[in-house]
Amino acid sequence: MKKQVTLLKEYTKGLWEINPVFKQVLGMCPTLAVTVSAINGIAMALATTFVLVLSNLIISLIRKLIPPQVRIASYIVIIATFVTIADLVMKAQFPELSKALGPFIPLIVVNCLILGRAEAFASKNTPIRALMDSLGNGTGFLIVLFIIGGIREIIGSGTLLGFQIMPQVFEPWLIMILPAGAFLTLGLLMGLANFYVESKKSKERESIIQKYRSSKQVQLTEPGV
Amino acid sequence: METVTENPSYKLELTSSPHIHSRWSTQYAMWLVVGALIPSVVSAVLFFGWYQLVIIGFSIGTALGTEALIKYIRKRKITISDGSGVITGLLLALILPPNFSLFGTVIGAVIAIGIGKEVFGGLGYNIFNPALAGRAFLQASFPVAMTTWTIPNFALDATTKATPLASMKFDQIHTSLSPFFWGNIGGSIGETSVLAVIIGGVFLIAIGVVNWRIPVSMILGMILFGGILWFVDPVKNPDPFFHIFAGGFLFGMFFMATDWVTSPITAKGMWIFGMGISLLVVLIRVYGGLPEGVMFSILFMNGFVPLINRFTQPKTFGAVK
Repeated sequence: MKKQVTLLKEYTKGLWEINPVFKQVLGMCPTLAVTVSAINGIAMALATTFVLVLSNLIISLIRKLIPPQVRIASYIVIIATFVTIADLVMKAQFPELSKALGPFIPLIVVNCLILGRAEAFASKNTPIRALMDSLGNGTGFLIVLFIIGGIREIIGSGTLLGFQIMPQVFEPWLIMILPAGAFLTLGLLMGLANFYVESKKSKERESIIQKYRSSKQVQLTEPGV
Repeated sequence: METVTENPSYKLELTSSPHIHSRWSTQYAMWLVVGALIPSVVSAVLFFGWYQLVIIGFSIGTALGTEALIKYIRKRKITISDGSGVITGLLLALILPPNFSLFGTVIGAVIAIGIGKEVFGGLGYNIFNPALAGRAFLQASFPVAMTTWTIPNFALDATTKATPLASMKFDQIHTSLSPFFWGNIGGSIGETSVLAVIIGGVFLIAIGVVNWRIPVSMILGMILFGGILWFVDPVKNPDPFFHIFAGGFLFGMFFMATDWVTSPITAKGMWIFGMGISLLVVLIRVYGGLPEGVMFSILFMNGFVPLINRFTQPKTFGAVK
């Protein structure tokens, strides 16, 4: 059954179907804490994706060597290695971003998104599938973090990626760059996503009912003819 | 009983006996609250000018518009005639600083109704008082505009520029109690006049819209907790009656803490609720970073209401523990 899922599907499911933030509700700590601006969101998501992809690839490669009793500890060691790499690279290459993200880069170690994908997917699937899955999840995470960071930056400081977007008369809403703004933005976006899914579902249901009704009518009229 | 037959959704009521008919409906009570706020509106116009009526109008209009829009999107019956939206808009306007920008007022009303109330499912489902939620949003978004106080029309001296609470906190100036009574002091649009607030509040308690327990417990709590601090250090800390008359304490006590939806339903719970608000107000005013804490205290205790309700459930009659 697993073979039926194409590799492309393994990638695209992470964008919407099992989107880390909206559907799995994983990785809430970086989603809420660092999305003060769009660039912070992008940087955080890229760092997370880097760790996610490489650690899941390694975990998938050695999945048969890890005894199940100590698998979580083994995952953490592998994840911590890549987090250290990401942290040191960011400190050396982008010192300002690294300062802005602060302790949240080292905290990727305990990001439940990475551990969740390792436990739920990478430890049970082939490396190539684990790679596609983690890439898809990472992309989904990146998109959501960019949207949340963008909304908060536009309303909270009137800029997007550092460029002035809103007119000068616009008075920024400080609450949007405070933690409360993160909760409001995330909650409303999640509500919007659920609303979209629900309305799609109810439309499908209606179409099924209509099909059933029309087929029944056909059957009912047949004996009369 | 007219109201019962007017509303088609009330025609079929499935509840267990005994059935008691009452002329009270949500609508009727809401309009009584609006009536009780009229003295505060009058005092606002008297002390801060006609422009406050524009703010009140914008706030109510936006609140009703937002409610109707959200109900329309959710394909529910549009219930703006029940008066709760009017109250939220009116209360929000009355706790804004005088001459607040109309744009800010509109944002506050949209947030109050949209996030404070309709997100939770509308009237009866909201956890927090919508008007206070709107004001908290504005306070966090525009801290400077929200603490710019206009001098009232009959100001006698320059010390009334800031609110009495702010001058108490930051300059150690104690204001005497007499100006509070009429409301000739700096403060939010409708909260300054103790007289007007008391007229409305006592009216609500007398006709039974508001349960007396929450206001009484809040005043007793303030005398207790404020009194302890005053007793410890009478030079630094103001006396408890200053705490009661200053800022939005009385206004919040009569019109917001007693909100039917966001206050406890048990008698014991109401005492806990009121005392908790008073304790938090004293703590924020004396030790916190803000001069005024009524808004956050009420919102904070609102969050505790489900817990209070659960722990103060009266025993079932005849039940053996």
